[in-house]
Amino acid sequence: MKPIVRVENLSKQYSIGTREAAYDTLRESIVEAVRAPIRRLRGGNGRRNAATVWALRDVNFEVAPGEVMGIIGLNGAGKSTLLKVLSRITEPTTGRVELYGRVASLLEVGTGFHGELTGRENLYLNGAILGMKKAEIDRKFDQIVDFAEIEKFLDTPVKRYSSGMYMRLAFAVASHLEPEVLVIDEVLAVGDAPFQKKCLGKMSDVAMEGRTVLFVSHNMVAIKGLCSRVVWLDEGEIQAEGRPDEVVSNYLKTALSMQAHQVWDDINTAPGNEQIRILQASARPTGDSTTDSITVSTQVVMEFEYRNLVPGAYLNLSVIIKTEEGYPIFSTGSGWEPVWSRQPYPAGLFLSRFYIPADLLNDGTHRVQLCVVKDEHEIIFNIEDVLVFDVQDTPERRGAWFGKWIGAVRPNLKWETEFLGEERS
Amino acid sequence: MAISTTDSGGPLKSTPKFPLKSQPSSPILPDEPLVIIKPKTNWSALNLREVWAQRELLYFLTWRDVKVRYKQTELGIAWAILQPFLTMLIFTIFFGRLAGVPSDNIPYPIFAYAGLLPWTFFSNAISNSGNSLVGSAHLITKVYFPRMIIPGAAVAAGLVDFFIGLVMLILLMIFYGVMVTWSLLMFPILVLLTTLLALGTGMWLSALNVKYRDVRFALPFLIQLWMFISPIIYPASFLPAKFRWLLSLNPLTGIIEGYRSALFGLPFNWTALAVSAAITLAVLGYASYTFRRLEKSFADIV
Repeated sequence: MKPIVRVENLSKQYSIGTREAAYDTLRESIVEAVRAPIRRLRGGNGRRNAATVWALRDVNFEVAPGEVMGIIGLNGAGKSTLLKVLSRITEPTTGRVELYGRVASLLEVGTGFHGELTGRENLYLNGAILGMKKAEIDRKFDQIVDFAEIEKFLDTPVKRYSSGMYMRLAFAVASHLEPEVLVIDEVLAVGDAPFQKKCLGKMSDVAMEGRTVLFVSHNMVAIKGLCSRVVWLDEGEIQAEGRPDEVVSNYLKTALSMQAHQVWDDINTAPGNEQIRILQASARPTGDSTTDSITVSTQVVMEFEYRNLVPGAYLNLSVIIKTEEGYPIFSTGSGWEPVWSRQPYPAGLFLSRFYIPADLLNDGTHRVQLCVVKDEHEIIFNIEDVLVFDVQDTPERRGAWFGKWIGAVRPNLKWETEFLGEERS
Repeated sequence: MAISTTDSGGPLKSTPKFPLKSQPSSPILPDEPLVIIKPKTNWSALNLREVWAQRELLYFLTWRDVKVRYKQTELGIAWAILQPFLTMLIFTIFFGRLAGVPSDNIPYPIFAYAGLLPWTFFSNAISNSGNSLVGSAHLITKVYFPRMIIPGAAVAAGLVDFFIGLVMLILLMIFYGVMVTWSLLMFPILVLLTTLLALGTGMWLSALNVKYRDVRFALPFLIQLWMFISPIIYPASFLPAKFRWLLSLNPLTGIIEGYRSALFGLPFNWTALAVSAAITLAVLGYASYTFRRLEKSFADIV
């Protein structure tokens, strides 16, 4: 069948630092303009620090009309860059993409929302930003408001909305787009469970209507449930492509294995930004040092070594432990740590750790998301899968049951049984 | 997590689960791609057709700028009148009365206001549009649309203020008994020229600002300097004749003098106007080229 999206030899190169480093200043450019020719005369390289990375390398694929294609991969694999190129936000370095249908992209929920404007006003503004015509918004207005469940607050500035209302309105607008191809980034990662359910429901509706969908997610349940095909990106290249079950299970097996200890030596490329850099992260068993692997009955210590670059920041490391499929099990934060709680952090190196008690985690792969919050409200850095670790089962806890224990956690709870006699008296 | 929609709440239930839309499951695709995404050359044309197709977005962004600007202000949109009016009062006292700056035999307050109104529009427009791209980083990195719309909307929002400020101009003209002549027909053309000059300057500054954040700091000085080298609070005739040609290299000279000619029925300085128009078009052309050249890297460096 003729594809609706055709991607040919697509590559995208970023020069390192363009995203994070300080902006060029006029002075630097002038100095450089003078220096470069001199250096070239001396036989040196004309460009300074011409370090570049390929975010995408020679990517080829086609999407048939009506197909729902999932894109998976670790952080930095190029998923978001691919979506940005497909949405025409950034230009490819080489290669080309042919689009045979109208494309709408949803890389973020609520793009362009303005806190001072009311729900009604933002609905129109956001709709227009996403590419809807005013007449189209007029026509769908009631439907959108219904879906968002915000009738009563239509004329309230959205800055007074609860985060749930805000998300619902934003997703409601976006989900009423009617493009032929819909490109969606990890938008399901936000919001509470009912909201996520609603989003997934709407997305499967969209898929049922025969629309083409491309979406990125770390949620393997959603990927397997919604997609007809999956592309796995690894370091900018397609690692595998095919049926969701196969690709997802290969991905989980290889890509996520053995990341229980991560070290980043170069502070400039370590995960983070100009406010914080993560230098080391690990999850390992404590106590009984004879075993190296984490089991359901070992206590786990999780450590993060990081450099705070903003003197006086109030930091809170928020850690979310998830199942292999990306479903959050629980989260914990360093905000109530006894010594540094509500204390300004000086610039410098820090090591934070916390303990997960034994007999809590179920066996299987666990994924760790780290979110650094500054001054109690500003998320300055967020990284998915900063660690991935395996929890082994132990024979003594297995018993006669050979299947996987049901549930996200597997606490060893205290049970009591009393014999009450042969008959009720 | 359930994927089915059967239990996902009221609003979904009220619509059929599989809407019987005209959308077929395999739409008929065009033979030629609608869009080809590939690396652009520096010389690709300014895509005005795309800007036109997205004119509603331009409208909404303009409307947002105007709306947000006066939110939570007590006086609201009256500020659009107060800004040039208060400036006019200050200049009338210091320059008109105390320094005795001439005003081509027109009452100084209305002479100054006629210059300050377009100037306020122009300076607000270039300062807002100059900072517009950097201020819209969240849009640029998340949605595609012709980037020109962002500085364009900032200029358009200034234009709205300009028209509100016109009310005060009309009142002042009635108060001072100014008789309008056929020269007033030039007024719309002058507004267009001011808008184009503001758009060109604003686009150029905004694109430059993405790459060189120095622009943000240099801009206030540029605006202050520009005001003093334009005949806003003094007439062009105030300068010695041998320097006047220098002043006319400033495209605002012909335009501001033009406003006064149109409003007060004075003879037009057609040479100065022609120079202004030519420079305006050149600025617009150069700005469009620079903008196009830098546009493709906006999302990567903003």
